[in-house]
Amino acid sequence: MTRAQLIIAKSAVWIACLWPIGRLAFGIVDPPVLGADPTATIELTTGYTTLMLLTIGLGITPVRRLSPRLAWLIKFRRLLGLFAFFYATVHMLTWVALYAGFNINAMLEDIAKRKFITVGVAAWLLLLPLALTSTNWAIRKLGGRRWNRLHKLVYIAAICGVIHYWWQVKPGVLLPLPFTIAVAILLFVRPVQTLFGRKAQGAISERQRVG
Amino acid sequence: MLIRKPSEIPSSLITPRTQYLNRRRFLRGALSGAAVAGAAALGVDRAAELISPRTAALAGTKLPTVKSPLSTTGEELTPYQDITTYNNFYEFGVPKGDPSRNAGVLPTRPWTVKVEGLVNKPKTFDIDTLLKMRPLEDRIYRHRCVEAWSMVIPWVGYSLSELLKQVEPQSKAKYVQFLSYYDKHVEKWSDESNIFWPYSEGLRLDEAMHPLTLLTFGLYGEVLPNQDGAPVRIVVPWKYGFKSAKSIVTIRLVEKQPHTTWNDQGPQEYGFFSNVNPNVDHPRWSQKTERRIGLPLFSQRRQTLMFNGYADQVTSLYNGMDLRKYY
Repeated sequence: MTRAQLIIAKSAVWIACLWPIGRLAFGIVDPPVLGADPTATIELTTGYTTLMLLTIGLGITPVRRLSPRLAWLIKFRRLLGLFAFFYATVHMLTWVALYAGFNINAMLEDIAKRKFITVGVAAWLLLLPLALTSTNWAIRKLGGRRWNRLHKLVYIAAICGVIHYWWQVKPGVLLPLPFTIAVAILLFVRPVQTLFGRKAQGAISERQRVG
Repeated sequence: MLIRKPSEIPSSLITPRTQYLNRRRFLRGALSGAAVAGAAALGVDRAAELISPRTAALAGTKLPTVKSPLSTTGEELTPYQDITTYNNFYEFGVPKGDPSRNAGVLPTRPWTVKVEGLVNKPKTFDIDTLLKMRPLEDRIYRHRCVEAWSMVIPWVGYSLSELLKQVEPQSKAKYVQFLSYYDKHVEKWSDESNIFWPYSEGLRLDEAMHPLTLLTFGLYGEVLPNQDGAPVRIVVPWKYGFKSAKSIVTIRLVEKQPHTTWNDQGPQEYGFFSNVNPNVDHPRWSQKTERRIGLPLFSQRRQTLMFNGYADQVTSLYNGMDLRKYY
């Protein structure tokens, strides 16, 4: 990928990631954009976008592994991850402001009594250290190995996100199903690829030895 | 002279009636699709009217109405736009905006309501007979959804008791079950959720006979739009919205508590009674407050009232009952 192509692709990703929040912000000027129930529109849009970005972010590594020519994809992972954290934060603040009305007791009661909120807050707390250690400086400080291990938390965060969605919808509503399947596949292919990758590498070293 | 016999059609070539009907339905669907596209291109607002004049065109027709002393006063009405585009009607899709887009295919004419079960005079009523049976009243009610949002809606109809009296419920009848229209070929969005259709709801007979329980044909002085439950629905203003079944085809008087759709889906979340009660939380959210639809972001939240503000009229129905247990 040339530098020019990269700049274009990055701009496109930025615009795509800013689109949902941009629409919501536009709703302040033009209320009909937020629909009949603005509170719910903001909560649903930000939650959905978070899951979407997390899922796409989880897709980068498995897709990149398919071919060395896709290596450039890695340049987008941090961007997607940080946007996912951004939307998760707006999502949570919407709950704090528009559902709990900044009332600490109401929030604590929600966390204690409602498991979909418990698991949602847990997912946000899991994403927090990942966002904080997303800088190059933090990667150097932690060392690649430890940084990698820490960032595996995103798997648990994504699972928590999907559970949060299932527990939030009414029993019988299947809206979370596509995310569930996508996240399940993306988590499942990782060990499979690692296994095959090792075999392939083993085969290469075997050939080299013979050669 | 040669006399020709009419060629016999082998029975194998005769289209079975169900297939013939399916074909018509397919054609209707294809035509309506084309009409919608055409109408959209022409900028026609009410594309539905062009498609099937015997159904959707009725929505919006003015109804002759009289005032009712049972109307709720002193609250701002929710805009028509919001009442008709923010709907839970899962047969036409789960997202709130889907029913207003999809419900145009509901065939609201011809339409009959069968009243059966433990009654002396079971009868099937034609919708046009029902519309003329009693004077239609404007009844403004608060509407509180179990999802913690609310509206103020000017319904049109008369008390369900007027209909029930006609069929003479027997003394054994203790409950009333309502069944909604269901045809999976028409409501092809119904498999978006894992629900056993048709939609079933129920009331205790004394609740059904309460003057506030409304047999509803319209809103804002006009025929109900399909997404709001055309051509006839129930409105029970002191209960969560899902108790108010839409597009009713059968009313059945029974001895035992009937099965009801959301109670089947999650009994711990949706009780049979489901009276609006700020003191009994839904397991997944508080019911103490609600969001009024159509208000700006920071003015939406308000206190939820016991029995949705109809406590004076309905509390006596539940004397001696533990409303925490019978939520």
